[in-house]
Amino acid sequence: MLTIKVLGSGCASCKRLEQIAHKVIDNMAMEAEVVKVTDYADIMAYNVLSTPGLVINEKLVSTGRIPSEAEVTTWLTDALETV
Amino acid sequence: MTDIISSQVPIRNRDLKTFVIFVLVATAWMITYNVIEPLANWLTYTLLGLEQGSHLGASLAFFFYDVPKIILLLGGMIFLITTLRSFFSAEQTRAWLGGKREGVGNVLAAGLGIITPFCSCSAVPLFIGFVESGIPLGVTFSFLTATPVVNEIALVMLFGLFGWKIAGLYLVSGLTIAIIAGVVIGRLKLERFVEDFVWQIKVGKGGLLQTEKPTWSERFNIAWESTREIVGKVWLYVIVGIAVGAGIHGFVPESALAGILGKSAWWSVPAGVLLGVPLYSNAAGMIPIVHALMEKGASLGTVLAFMMSVVGLSLPEMIILRRVLKPQLLAIFAATLTIAIILTGYLFNLVI
Repeated sequence: MLTIKVLGSGCASCKRLEQIAHKVIDNMAMEAEVVKVTDYADIMAYNVLSTPGLVINEKLVSTGRIPSEAEVTTWLTDALETV
Repeated sequence: MTDIISSQVPIRNRDLKTFVIFVLVATAWMITYNVIEPLANWLTYTLLGLEQGSHLGASLAFFFYDVPKIILLLGGMIFLITTLRSFFSAEQTRAWLGGKREGVGNVLAAGLGIITPFCSCSAVPLFIGFVESGIPLGVTFSFLTATPVVNEIALVMLFGLFGWKIAGLYLVSGLTIAIIAGVVIGRLKLERFVEDFVWQIKVGKGGLLQTEKPTWSERFNIAWESTREIVGKVWLYVIVGIAVGAGIHGFVPESALAGILGKSAWWSVPAGVLLGVPLYSNAAGMIPIVHALMEKGASLGTVLAFMMSVVGLSLPEMIILRRVLKPQLLAIFAATLTIAIILTGYLFNLVI
């Protein structure tokens, strides 16, 4: 199972990114856990300067913007292949 | 080898298509921009049959001209600004600022603060990431101050309503304020007033590696998305602001405000700064009103100080920064910024 982390302290963009992650998971009918990371010490562990950040299986894939559903789908597909 | 070549061709084609669309849209934009004024006059004086020089006529023609003009300007220029910003990133800026001394570092940080894409909700990770990588506190503050003080919406609207000279003055004074605020905080050696947990955080080694540069179509796509978002957020404020401004333009007698908001009233600058604080994020709505007020005798220094207070002294931003700054440092920061803005206001009232 994949673990998807949304890094951000609860701003509007972080919530939208979380929704997108859930939507893509539903579309792909895959099993994944979405975790919200709001603690700054945990966020900084990924060396992220601008939120929201997206981490798939401990790999940082995007920062500082809301990626499209298509992009998230690609990243999740890649992550599934490497598992 | 063949793989690389074949994968580059479709990207080039897409970029070409994007450029063609860009040129077409830009041309349409130019044509529209140039027919607004005759159209607004025709609408007011021919179609609605209002008399030239009447109060209502003057107000309406002003409104019909300014609304499409400002919305078009905002759309076009925000698009160009965000396209330019796609060449910068917070990570890149941190790398550029690393190892720079105070002084040079402050100037560079203030400049980069304007051009680096950055949202106020990222202020905390950015602050931690900067100071942990060894960038001096004062340089970090120059960066964090420049972003809100020089606001792109305010800049575009000042350009559209007041012309490039005043927009330029606003840009230069905003930069100067960011540099000064950073130098003052750096000189005061206030590192002990940064919340202790900041120094204990271990910043990871990873980070996002820029593996490939975005293509032009990707840049334009990102720029288009953020333009839509920004214009979508402010257009209503713009229309309301211009409506109020148009009312003032048509109905308030000339120089009615010279006594209250003019150069002679010494307290008008601090009063404008105070008034600006609760109006945060309404720069779009305030500028047209301020424009009309200036026509009626308000002075430029007061107006600029008010504008910078609206965008720069924002309570939400201060609340976010409280997470990493002890109250003493936050208070010093707010006070430095306020004094710098007030002095700028007096300076312009004195010089111009």
